[in-house]
Amino acid sequence: MESEVQNKAPRTHYINARYGLKSWLFTIDHKRIALLYLASITFFFFLGGLFAVLIRLELLTPKGDLVQAETYNRFFTMHGVVMVFFFLIPAIPATLGNFLIPLMIGARDLAFPRLNLLSWYIYVVGAVFTLIAIVGGGVDTGWTFYTPYSTTYSNGNVLLTGIGIFITGFSSILTGLNFIVTIHTMRAPGLSWFRLPLFVWSHYATSLIMVLGTPVIAITILLLAFERIAHVGIFDPKLGGDPVLFQHLFWFYSHPAVYIMVLPAMGVISELVANMTRKNIFGYKFVALASIAIAIFGFLVWGHHMFVSTQSVYAGMIFSILSYAVAIPSAVKTFNWTATLYKGSISYNTPMLYAFGFIGFFIIGGMTGLFLAALGLDIHVHDTYFVVAHFHYIMVGGTIMGYLGGLHYWWPKISGRMYPEGWARFAALVIFVGFNLTFFPQFLLGYQGMPRRYYAYPDEFQVLNVMSSAGASILGVGYLIPMVYLFWSMRYGPKAGSNPWGAFGLEWRTSSPPPTENFKVTPVVTWEAYEFSPVEETEVIDISTP
Amino acid sequence: MQLSVPFSPDQASTYSGEVDALYGFLWALTIGVGAVLTILIIYFAVKYRRRTEDEIPKAVEGSLKLEVVWTVIPFFIAMGIFTWGASIYYKRYSPPSEALDVYVVAKQWMWKFQHLDGQREINELHIPVGRKIKLTMTTEDVIHSLFVPAFRLKMDVVPGKYSSIWFQPTEAGRYHLFCAEYCGTSHSGMIGWIDVMEPSEYQSWLSGGSGEALAASGEKLFQQLGCVTCHRSDGQGRGPILEGLFGKEAALQGGQKVTADEAYVRESILNPKAKVVEGYQPIMPTFQGLVTEEQLLQLVAYVKSIGKTQTGTNPAGASPSPPNKMGAAAVPTGPPQTGRSGGAEAKKPR
Repeated sequence: MESEVQNKAPRTHYINARYGLKSWLFTIDHKRIALLYLASITFFFFLGGLFAVLIRLELLTPKGDLVQAETYNRFFTMHGVVMVFFFLIPAIPATLGNFLIPLMIGARDLAFPRLNLLSWYIYVVGAVFTLIAIVGGGVDTGWTFYTPYSTTYSNGNVLLTGIGIFITGFSSILTGLNFIVTIHTMRAPGLSWFRLPLFVWSHYATSLIMVLGTPVIAITILLLAFERIAHVGIFDPKLGGDPVLFQHLFWFYSHPAVYIMVLPAMGVISELVANMTRKNIFGYKFVALASIAIAIFGFLVWGHHMFVSTQSVYAGMIFSILSYAVAIPSAVKTFNWTATLYKGSISYNTPMLYAFGFIGFFIIGGMTGLFLAALGLDIHVHDTYFVVAHFHYIMVGGTIMGYLGGLHYWWPKISGRMYPEGWARFAALVIFVGFNLTFFPQFLLGYQGMPRRYYAYPDEFQVLNVMSSAGASILGVGYLIPMVYLFWSMRYGPKAGSNPWGAFGLEWRTSSPPPTENFKVTPVVTWEAYEFSPVEETEVIDISTP
Repeated sequence: MQLSVPFSPDQASTYSGEVDALYGFLWALTIGVGAVLTILIIYFAVKYRRRTEDEIPKAVEGSLKLEVVWTVIPFFIAMGIFTWGASIYYKRYSPPSEALDVYVVAKQWMWKFQHLDGQREINELHIPVGRKIKLTMTTEDVIHSLFVPAFRLKMDVVPGKYSSIWFQPTEAGRYHLFCAEYCGTSHSGMIGWIDVMEPSEYQSWLSGGSGEALAASGEKLFQQLGCVTCHRSDGQGRGPILEGLFGKEAALQGGQKVTADEAYVRESILNPKAKVVEGYQPIMPTFQGLVTEEQLLQLVAYVKSIGKTQTGTNPAGASPSPPNKMGAAAVPTGPPQTGRSGGAEAKKPR
């Protein structure tokens, strides 16, 4: 492989191009900005995880004995706020998306590099507000901020947290805008839409939601703030408002937000499945267009969070039927990934293990979505642990498996080093087992009738809660292991070649780590997506000699 | 015939079996789909495992036929589940007229129940087995949600309006009642019990109670608050006649119609100008802040009780010819005089 040639002399790449804190904080290189995001979201992942640990500890016993009820309520609220807004939403787009989209389309950078850096700063400012809110006592409304509790009754730091989310939303909007413009205008010559990697397609769909959906949550938070500060009657009926209106506005963003989290993960999985089997994704066009279909239908199903909210019965029926419609493109993707394995050359490397794990979680998470969209059944399981289990299967089982799978797969590209394969496979297995043990019992718990956000619970729910807490401890260890060995590998891992997987895609045709300008020569694309050819003919476009 | 699903709560209402059947079916479907995909994935993963490092498999074209198959079949299955789920749901929102009314007021962090006969309970509700029960619910503060797992029953309780739900318990026993919508510090303490009793026991429980019937309390309020001066049963008042009104359609100014249900009665007391009955002036003052949620429910119960009165052909609002002038002395000409008699007997609930 080409790597041996490069090893002889130290080569300039994006990491060693410049040194010092300033060179990072003022960088406009999308790859460095991706790493800034990676560091920030990792911090929030472990902060949110800490709250999860505290929640699971409290729920070991039926009585509320570890902390006060008020403290517990703050734990689950901050777990949700931190995980959703500061980890899951930016997780894949801001890190892997930021790093890879220009590389995958043969561009030097995103369309607006400075805007990209601004996005990160906006994220940080929003995060600081939320951190101050947490340190200053936290907030106890649940991450859903339902009115009139949040506007009139809660004594937590609702405003400060809200401002944090409001600000961070703009980082999401700008990232989405940057991606859309980049994908439209900066594709390499020959790289037509249907030659794009599916990762890019799914990020395009995600960006549409970011740009169209996020302003709605910003407006909603502003209205909430108006009511809380100035007592303008918008949501509280005592002031002349309508509390259910808040739920409509909130879910109009927050349902599509689920697709902001999971569509990029689907994009990652498409890359992993194609490259770890060395085959074109079966039904490439259907998978690409399914992402767009999900983004569009995703805007039309928010009312399925409100089947017992006093929303009209007929509205409930419309939202139910549309929710089933959005299930179809998700199912199509799953079938196509499975079919891609047929007659492939299937590797059992860590990224592929994560892809298998993702598909497994996605089947369970997706199928239990059918339970929740069924009106008559949702009446029973709504606001119980069944819902908690379902959305963790999608958002954690789905998004984090995609995120970790992608991080391993592109780690050699990002860091120029290989991670230790044995440890990585072990960690993937631990996470898979720990996750299922944590969340599967919660489906049963929910159907048995345990409501969510309960600090203390009747004795009959204890067995399943203990199982869940036990699983969570395994899951926690599973998440710590990659953290350790990935850090280790940055210094001690074996050097990676430009294409250690024998993978397809422009990002593998430049050196690892890539130079600041990504490609020395603008690549010209003459091949279809994932067009693996029997003869190894990929050339590295980075070569310094012409 | 009811199937029992593992890890499911008691089956104690007519909904329980229906919901469990759909739940069981969906798990069967999940396991079926999951098993097929898992077996395929494992089979492919083993059979087509990478044998040499530089192996490049032959490309496989996609198949339009397969794409259509696995789009269309799931679509029809999904529509089937939708129909099944919707049919269970729809029933719950069409309460039968013979249902026994119970009024619920939630607040941080307790459930208050008022029976028509006057019994009041906190965090505990006694009801007879086999009877259809209709809950009309509201809250004094934030959103709560009434959840009885054994009945497969849940409905949000929203401030500023009434929500209602009905059910029919099938097994006597004591069942957990939870608040399912997060409502603040002691959300998890907002739990109670539903006591489903044999009818005879229920009767003796009822007779053990003290206090006057809900509608009677409502009638007293009706006098005290002065409602009676305008809403005269003889049709001479400045407001519409309420006897025989409940459950009927009333014509509004502007030509719209409204069904006089609990929500409309409530709105008319708190926000009288919102929907003014045709032929009357918007002169009624609001009672917002003057009556509690519980008193409101008593008033509603009273209006409902006199709603069963025979009336002439016309409930108040349906007055064919509007009164000429609304002043202190205005005499509505329209509706025939409604008898005064009905009110008294209707106070006693069935």
